Amino acid sequence: MAYALQKILKSASGGIVTRAFSVSAVQKSSEHPNGFNFELNDTQKEIQAVARKFAREEIAPAAPHHDRTGEYPAELVKKAWELGFVNPHIPEHCGGLNQGVFDACLVGEELAWGCSGIATAIGSSCLGQMPVILTGTKEQQKKYLGRLIDEPLVAAYGVTEPGTGSDVNGVKTRAEKKGDEWILNGQKMWITNAGVANWYFVLARTNPDPKCPAAKAFTGFIVDRDTPGVTPGRKELNMGQRASDTRGVTFEDVRIPKENVLLGEGAGFKIAMGAFDKTRPPVACAATGIAQRCLDEATKYSLERKTFGVPIAHHQAIAFILADMAIGVETARLAWMKAAWEADNGIRNSYSASIAKSYAADVANKSASDAVQVFGGAGFNSEYPVEKLMRDAKIYHIYEGTTQIQKLVVSRSVIDATKSVA
Amino acid sequence: MARVLVGVKRVIDYAVKIRVKPDKSGVVTDGVKHSMNPFDEIAIEEAVRLKEKKLASEIIAVSCGPTQSQEVIRTALAMGADKGIHVEVSGKDYETLQPIHVSKILAKIAQNEKVDMVIVGKQAIDDDSNQTAQMTAAVLDWPQATFASKVEKGDKEITVTREVDGGLETIKCKLPVVISADLRLNEPRYATLPNIMKAKKKPIAKVTPKDLGVDVSPRITVVSVEDPPVREPGVILPDVDALVAKLKEGGHV
Repeated sequence: MAYALQKILKSASGGIVTRAFSVSAVQKSSEHPNGFNFELNDTQKEIQAVARKFAREEIAPAAPHHDRTGEYPAELVKKAWELGFVNPHIPEHCGGLNQGVFDACLVGEELAWGCSGIATAIGSSCLGQMPVILTGTKEQQKKYLGRLIDEPLVAAYGVTEPGTGSDVNGVKTRAEKKGDEWILNGQKMWITNAGVANWYFVLARTNPDPKCPAAKAFTGFIVDRDTPGVTPGRKELNMGQRASDTRGVTFEDVRIPKENVLLGEGAGFKIAMGAFDKTRPPVACAATGIAQRCLDEATKYSLERKTFGVPIAHHQAIAFILADMAIGVETARLAWMKAAWEADNGIRNSYSASIAKSYAADVANKSASDAVQVFGGAGFNSEYPVEKLMRDAKIYHIYEGTTQIQKLVVSRSVIDATKSVA
Repeated sequence: MARVLVGVKRVIDYAVKIRVKPDKSGVVTDGVKHSMNPFDEIAIEEAVRLKEKKLASEIIAVSCGPTQSQEVIRTALAMGADKGIHVEVSGKDYETLQPIHVSKILAKIAQNEKVDMVIVGKQAIDDDSNQTAQMTAAVLDWPQATFASKVEKGDKEITVTREVDGGLETIKCKLPVVISADLRLNEPRYATLPNIMKAKKKPIAKVTPKDLGVDVSPRITVVSVEDPPVREPGVILPDVDALVAKLKEGGHV
């Protein structure tokens, strides 16, 4: 394994650089083109500044209300849509920004700092759109992505079912071809935006033969919300991210025109999986945003609260908790940045994306729990901001691929790399 | 439709805690967050609203300062200005740049660009001078409408409501005119992501004060910069008589 990693590192740095031990000018190989760079360019800084301002001035003050009531943040989603936060990846021919994953993640981390539930309401339309962006025909894109640009509408991604989540192969929702249409029957569950979406991406089994391999048995469909037979369920009351609209959806003899098939019959599994490489970094960056918020709140409180005659930040036990949070935030950020950068540069990023997502989820959860600890009794109380962070953080271990699935991806990648060198 | 010139200044961000340099020559600016003067944001917003109402045709954003001043010009472009002019003033010259210089610069640019309105923030939050609008109007011999909290544009004149000590004053000025924006004039918009991307393609011209025929040699010397005195603690007095006695003692009554 060590040898395999060495090989990966060697190729990444372009060969080992021999260093002349001189005290004068450092030979910075990074100054040549394509070297490592940890600085944002001016446009990225501007984009980040707008998102940061919006998060602090609009999202954070409204967050407690939406968390308490579960009310969908329609006003904030509309404002975010006006600023260009909701549809970063829509291609230019539909009127979109065609922004990269990295820049969208810069925005996502800042919005999640304000409230990850509201940020999810703003950002999850992207997940539903991704199959259409990646595999849709120009007509499908113009029709279904164009309308999201024209009006503050959102999309939803419908794959998970009551009976299957991680095991996508277990999807039971089925679609049968009838003339020029497909008839959809089944149930999806835990679908973000289900109650407010204008259309869904739905994965359904189109080859009923159980022996048919997953890669050929499923098809991806675009389903208009107002098609007869589409019934979203009640809004689910979850532990956290309560502002986000999560529901089950039932499909009863829903008629889908054949024009709404993505790529072709049997291509569904590949489409559903392919979307994840672009959508896991944004989830990782949101978890990082939560962790940053935890760090900021805990630091601020620890400088105000006094025990034994000094602000608690002066006690090493507390200071070390803050240090651990900071270490987590910095490294989680680097992890999503790498995964996002790879996605934008056409490099297969499943390995980095899974690392980023699983790591950031752990960092967010630990930071939130530690933030509550720093606040002490007040941390447990709903009048202080940190208990919400702990409730919001948990979902990052679960959605967009559970931590266990991420570890499967990472371990397989490591083992394959070793095997291929043997 | 009017051509509008807006002056924008790069200042230390309002939320930053200001620290005086140990050598008392000024405040610490290295590594400190800077942004557009809040009153200038209001000025740009007013210009953009005029353009949206089709009362203005082109908005030119101007900033005088070192290279970093281009950041606030870019923000102005992202909010809706059409082009920018960066008047390069750096180093020692920038430390002693005063409204007397800036007003001459803005006046020259206003003439070169044939503008009908100059809008600036009423004052910058670093020097609180509240002079640039007034001096610019004097150099140009244009009417001035300062502390504007409402601006309505007619064909050849504007009606401005001003916030003054006694309340609100409404005046009419013929174009061309200089306006200074006060707090309640409007609420500045966020720059949208599409506008930030579009702003990258908008031009920013670079000039020097020399090109404009303006002499920026210092008219002042900074003697020292110090923190304000530490606030004295208050005293709790037993009754009203004691309070009146203390006030008389201190010469306040």
